[in-house]
Amino acid sequence: MPYKGNHMERLIRGASKINIQENIVYFAFVIVVIFFIFTLGDRFLSVVNILNIARQTAIISIMAVAMTFVIASGQIDLSVGSIAALSSLVVALCLRETDSLVLSVLVGLFVGTLIGATNGLLATKVGVPAFLVTLGMMGIAKGLAMWITNTMAVPIMDKDYNVIFGLGTVAGIPILLIWTAVVLIAGVFVMHQTPFGKKILAVGGNETGARYSGINVERVKMLAMCLTGAAAAFAGILYAGRMQAGRFTFGEGDELTVIAAVVLGGTNLYGGTARVVGAVVGSLLIGVINNGLIILGLSVSQQIIVRGMIVILAAALGLSARKR
Amino acid sequence: MTHQTLELEGMSKSFGGVKALDDVDFDLVEGEVHALVGGNGAGKSTLMKILTGVYQADAGVIKVADKVGAIRNPTDAMKNGIRMVYQELSLIPYLTVAENIFLNYEPMRRGTIDKAQIVSKTKALLDELGIDLTPDQKIVDLSVGYCQLVEIAKALSAQASILVFDEPTASLTSSEVDKLFELIRLLKSRGVSIVYISHRMKEIFDISDRITVLKDGRKVMTAKTEDLDIGAVIDAMIGKAAERNFEWTPRDVPVGDEVRLEVENLSGKILSDVSFSLNAGEVLGIAGLIGSGRTELLEILFGLRKASGGRLRIKGKDVQIASIKDAIGENIALVPEDRRRKGLALIHSVKDNILIASLNKVTKNGLLQNKKAVEIVEQSVSEHSIKTGSIDTIVGMLSGGNQQKVLLSKWLNTHPDILLLNEPTAGVDIASKAEIINFVRKLSLGGTSAILVSSEIAELLAVCDRILVLNDGRVVRSLKRDAIQSEEEIQHAIQG
Repeated sequence: MPYKGNHMERLIRGASKINIQENIVYFAFVIVVIFFIFTLGDRFLSVVNILNIARQTAIISIMAVAMTFVIASGQIDLSVGSIAALSSLVVALCLRETDSLVLSVLVGLFVGTLIGATNGLLATKVGVPAFLVTLGMMGIAKGLAMWITNTMAVPIMDKDYNVIFGLGTVAGIPILLIWTAVVLIAGVFVMHQTPFGKKILAVGGNETGARYSGINVERVKMLAMCLTGAAAAFAGILYAGRMQAGRFTFGEGDELTVIAAVVLGGTNLYGGTARVVGAVVGSLLIGVINNGLIILGLSVSQQIIVRGMIVILAAALGLSARKR
Repeated sequence: MTHQTLELEGMSKSFGGVKALDDVDFDLVEGEVHALVGGNGAGKSTLMKILTGVYQADAGVIKVADKVGAIRNPTDAMKNGIRMVYQELSLIPYLTVAENIFLNYEPMRRGTIDKAQIVSKTKALLDELGIDLTPDQKIVDLSVGYCQLVEIAKALSAQASILVFDEPTASLTSSEVDKLFELIRLLKSRGVSIVYISHRMKEIFDISDRITVLKDGRKVMTAKTEDLDIGAVIDAMIGKAAERNFEWTPRDVPVGDEVRLEVENLSGKILSDVSFSLNAGEVLGIAGLIGSGRTELLEILFGLRKASGGRLRIKGKDVQIASIKDAIGENIALVPEDRRRKGLALIHSVKDNILIASLNKVTKNGLLQNKKAVEIVEQSVSEHSIKTGSIDTIVGMLSGGNQQKVLLSKWLNTHPDILLLNEPTAGVDIASKAEIINFVRKLSLGGTSAILVSSEIAELLAVCDRILVLNDGRVVRSLKRDAIQSEEEIQHAIQG
């Protein structure tokens, strides 16, 4: 009997088939929040603290949105943290030299996108695995960031810049949160409403099949890498705004937090599925855990251990999702 | 009679209500080559998977060396000396011949691998088998033919007494085939028994002692090779006319006058000097063995491979098809063989799979039109009677036949002028096969031209207006459908 389109029936089927594994991040988020509310009370659940968490996770969330595209296409990008550092310095230097806010931001984004494109070219045209290309690029971008100012930080005096990209608020909402929302909405839109999103998933789901379907696999992979490059550069711009300076240490270790956020969010580590909202919730989850642990009085070393455990947990979830 | 090494009695196996094997007997005598013959879906691979422990029979008895022994898993099969010879899959490319042969059985000396012993034992084994390789050559540097010889050596080093070959010569050169046969004869003389699966009659008659023919999951006959000829085996494979599934029905609409595709003197890796033309609404069948160039032909037309010579003309214009993009630009579609690897993203939904080749048709101003997408997919699903829970069901959950119909829908939504089909009914149940074939016919009446490659001659005869027979890269016959008297005629031409 051929299938007859019945929307109600499909809705019911869909509702009864919510996959706990793919949506685990939402359950985990709720559980962790409840745990901290009960153990920490007002110290956790205050407006100041919640806005604090939002501010601290914003930059990771923005990179996680772009990383979702890269991972969904079956690749990985380890260079995002270093690109953020480099872009923060490029923007700070450019502001110092030109005093032009718009030009400086564009130059920062351009540098990030260019590095992303280089990653993409090496991964697709030369055929070096994305893991190795971006591992190498992580070092190169970091080294460049240290080199251009001889490891010195570059302060940013431009008040407007610092307000727009870091410290400002709109109707009481931190501007970093607004930037995150803009990137998230754009990410969801591109992933689900444009052919590019479908092509990303097709390439990650079955690369040979995608090629046989007439999709320009190399181009899709390359564009995904450009997205993470640009998003990482934007992250660097926000770091610079928040700290009112460019500095080579910004973004250190972010690549792992970002990847953990994406995979925790339900995106398959090996490509073919994408959870853009999940990635941002994953980033929030990590932020909430970090914040709660600080209030609980854990030392920095203990926090790092917990963060490492989260990465392993995320990888384990990604693996078992694949085995199904 | 000599010693019976293996007896399979009354083997039956069903998959979801479909009988893949029905009460099949098969036996092996020590030191014989027993050929197993039959069309796609006849049950050959199911039978061999039971023998090698990959599947469990629903009913039947397995006797190895007169002992009733259950083969419950591949380890049991190996313990009983039964080995499948794969072409290259089970060898590790960057290890040497010696390391591969002793993989997982390395002789140890003081806690480390005894490399000297591995090399000397391998050398002795290779010499004994007359294989002209040295132990320290890396697999990655060897041709497919030599990889297969290494596989055999590996099996023998593990005391195998029964070897199963599945289409071992499909990708070998003729000198490699000679080497393989030489080795098989040597093994026979040493008492090793061999099951030899192949579609190549000449080789079967060259190497085998007995032949068993399967058809639709049943055994049709077992007989000594010397008592048979090629015609008798082909007759047994095809069965009586009344049992045939596909019949040619004359077209309601004649083939169009417009010449859509002209192929002139096309040559490639296997193909040499192939010429033909395809009219609007015509279905052209390509018959030939694996390795005859039939896949290469489709892949050249779809821009997946380069031709080394020849010309292509579409609708009277010279064209170059250097990439898939070029092919799609000329409105050509390819339904590839191996749908799981090349055709579908199994973790994605029916909807996403159907739309992926025609995203431009549901995009407006750079945005996907979800409503239109759902409409198109729902129409495809009902038109091709795809049995699925919903259009959001994951394709990997569907049966083979329905997966294949999804793949077909994916390409038909591009509304191709020329549809290329490579083994579109492989691994598909009988009902879906008939549906797919009828669908190709319906399309051709609507003016779509098609080139259909299939191993099943009955299928070609049911739908093709003309059939080209390829052998070793050359067109050996070109026959109009009404000029073809019987399936046997084509089968003989294929065998060359």
